[in-house]
Amino acid sequence: MNFTTPPYLSQNVSVRRVMLQVLVALLPGLAAYVWLLGPVILVQTTIATIAALLAEACMLKLLKKPLGLFLGDGSAIVTAWLIALAFPPLAPWWLIVVGTLFAIVVAKHLYGGLGQNPFNPAMIAFAVCIVSFPSLMSQWPPVDLHAGIGEQLALVFGYAPRLDAMSGATPLDALKTALKLGEGSATVTAVLADAQTFGRIAGKGWEWVAAGYLLGGLWLWHRRIVSWHAPMSFLAGIALLAGALWLFNPAQFANPLFHLFSGGSMLGAFFIVTDPVSGCTTPKGKLIFGFAAGILAYLIRSAH
Amino acid sequence: MLQQLFKFKGGVKPDPNKTPSVQAPIGTAPLPALLIVPLHQSIGGVPNPLVKAGDYVFKGQRIGDPDKWISSAVHAPTSGTVLAVEERVASHPSGLPTLSVVIEPDGRDEWIEHTPLDYNALEPERVREILRDSGVVGLGGAVFPSHAKLAPAKAVPMDDLVINGAECEPFMTCDDLLMRERGEEIVRGIGIFRDLLKPKRVLIGIEDNKPQAVDAIKAAVEKVGENFSVIAVPTRYPAGGAKQLIRVLTGKEVPASKRSPEMGVQCFNVATAYTAWRAIAHGEPVLSRIVTVTGNVERPRNWEILLGTPLKDVLALGQPKPDTNRYLMGGPMMGFEMPSLEAPIVKASNCIIAGSMAMFPPVAPEMPCIRCGACAEACPHELQPFEMYWFSRAKNFGKTQEYNIFDCIECGCCSYVCPSHIPLVQYFRFSKSEIWSREREKNMADAAKARFELRNERDEREKAEKAARLAKAAAAKTTEKKPESAGEPATADVPVDADAAKKAAIAAAMERARQQREAIQPKNTDGLTVAQRKEIAEIEARRAPLQAQQTTFNAETQSSQREEQ
Repeated sequence: MNFTTPPYLSQNVSVRRVMLQVLVALLPGLAAYVWLLGPVILVQTTIATIAALLAEACMLKLLKKPLGLFLGDGSAIVTAWLIALAFPPLAPWWLIVVGTLFAIVVAKHLYGGLGQNPFNPAMIAFAVCIVSFPSLMSQWPPVDLHAGIGEQLALVFGYAPRLDAMSGATPLDALKTALKLGEGSATVTAVLADAQTFGRIAGKGWEWVAAGYLLGGLWLWHRRIVSWHAPMSFLAGIALLAGALWLFNPAQFANPLFHLFSGGSMLGAFFIVTDPVSGCTTPKGKLIFGFAAGILAYLIRSAH
Repeated sequence: MLQQLFKFKGGVKPDPNKTPSVQAPIGTAPLPALLIVPLHQSIGGVPNPLVKAGDYVFKGQRIGDPDKWISSAVHAPTSGTVLAVEERVASHPSGLPTLSVVIEPDGRDEWIEHTPLDYNALEPERVREILRDSGVVGLGGAVFPSHAKLAPAKAVPMDDLVINGAECEPFMTCDDLLMRERGEEIVRGIGIFRDLLKPKRVLIGIEDNKPQAVDAIKAAVEKVGENFSVIAVPTRYPAGGAKQLIRVLTGKEVPASKRSPEMGVQCFNVATAYTAWRAIAHGEPVLSRIVTVTGNVERPRNWEILLGTPLKDVLALGQPKPDTNRYLMGGPMMGFEMPSLEAPIVKASNCIIAGSMAMFPPVAPEMPCIRCGACAEACPHELQPFEMYWFSRAKNFGKTQEYNIFDCIECGCCSYVCPSHIPLVQYFRFSKSEIWSREREKNMADAAKARFELRNERDEREKAEKAARLAKAAAAKTTEKKPESAGEPATADVPVDADAAKKAAIAAAMERARQQREAIQPKNTDGLTVAQRKEIAEIEARRAPLQAQQTTFNAETQSSQREEQ
């Protein structure tokens, strides 16, 4: 007779189900991304996924862990998708692969694998690549770049020269640069009026990607995969600091809403600071962690 | 009457699965061919067997005597012949044997003489004794002797008597049916508890998924003319945990370090109140209990089953389906797998669930903890199971205690929600038992150290005393030298007298030592099991003649020595 232990019932939950729901929650943002820039982002996501799964399989094999159990848990795919979404969409394929390999091999498995990594592997990949390849990591295509999928793929796979015209700046950078060049004469209102770069709230088009992440994040909250604490305190951290500076000098500082819908705010709020492994576990801890991360995010994007 | 309800945090909502077993009324199980009645059916001391193989017992005859105050009597569930008093497989996950009285029923079901009592005419102390001698224990599953819970704390006034009819475990419906069918006797039993504890309020908590039970108890309370509050509490596992129900009904939180009477609350199960009433008002000890037989069976139902009925006879009532692969005793959240079909129904057996692969699928392989915190959200005691899990894994037991591992009631909510399928409760049980055994070891080491130090001290003291005596004797000798030379007879007398005095002193010392030995019971014979005591008795019996020989031998040698002198 097998020795069995109570409870004999369990909720229909598993790590795989959690990870799958995170992937589903990324779909609205991904869809907005495709609408904004075309299917190239799907190519990048696929490259990252394949690299992540291969790296995961090799590491599991090397570390003699059960391959089927861990490869199927979906955590590597989540890391891959986050890398693909966080990196510039026209980054060369090898940059995505390097980032993904570093995330899976070093940031995840060398620290002990699933559940043991002190830092979010996707963010480690981002940090490593932005330090190692700063120019490639800051080449963001302008939204009015009407390049066909062929041209985009040529850029990704490196058989077209990386023209400067093909790479622009993020809306955040655009605002910062404009304010700097204006030497005090340019105001935020005037800069944001530029309909080519900016939309209703934040960066043109990008604000919709952010809205997609928000939608997915709210769904995750509704499914109780994430609690409200970390995302809300993260967004509150950004909004409070942005709001205080904006009230202090609206000419030089963008409003909080602009910041909430720019850059990685929404992706970070619902998909990064909520990472259970590298984040906090208790509600109070999540509040503190999220808020501090929000403050830090604002400081990093404002400082140069 | 409006009653403000409080909430406990956490909890889970598993599929209740209670409907199948409440369709039929409580049935009376037929007499089995053999009853195996374990003597140890409650928390506390192991009752001493009062019968031996070959004895005839009447129904209700006491066969196990309570060992001490926290212990409870055990009775013959029917009349018949005792076949053996021996170790039989226990209704315990370990399946280890336990001393049991095996009775072959004679089919006459003949009662021993028993008389109803008017408990109002009795001293409270006497009522508690009767409850102990009637084998009344907590029938919710904890089987704590009830009489020991019926003395109010001296320092704290008793505010609330909480009666637990919540029955939050899935599948289980024995209390539901008991409340529906025997509400009046439950209420009268609660009356006994009330009169012993004198609380300000009596609160009966029933989960709101049992509206019929709520109505039945309300009607019974009205009929008996009591002022008990019958309260439907929200259905959420583990609302029926004593601490959770106390929290919901009174708002009080009972920490692990305290017992509820110290907080002015006491809690009893409805079935316990029922048996208390039967014991007092009918003179009937606890011989049977209501057991839910459900799960993967053709005929799910509640049965009144004699204690000691082997599982196989219980299953004959329910008829398990062919794909049944295990039998659980208790609910699916906190119960355990029965070790054998021979294991008997005991006072703790509230439910027997036949399980199949489909009903209780095998647990998925354990994955690493991803620190999602779902366990902490589900914990009804607001503990942090994930922290306790890491420290248990690391065998850092001090830390687990800092995280209040002893507040854990092992309800299984954390394991239930864990996406990594970590058997958290098992980790906590492991830690708790490790901590207990380490404490035991430490206590034993401390005692040994104390003994060693005491002995050293005594040796030192004796050495010093001896030295002092010798010095004194030497001094005496030098002073005695003069009288010694003075007269002849003195020299002959003194040594003889000294020798006799010495012998007398030695004899007196030996006698004192013997008396001391007899007066002081060696510590290691406290709290032994029945089997161990039996063994000791046998050894003593073997020794007695030898010891007698030894004493005569000693006496002879002494006298012969004396003669030689």
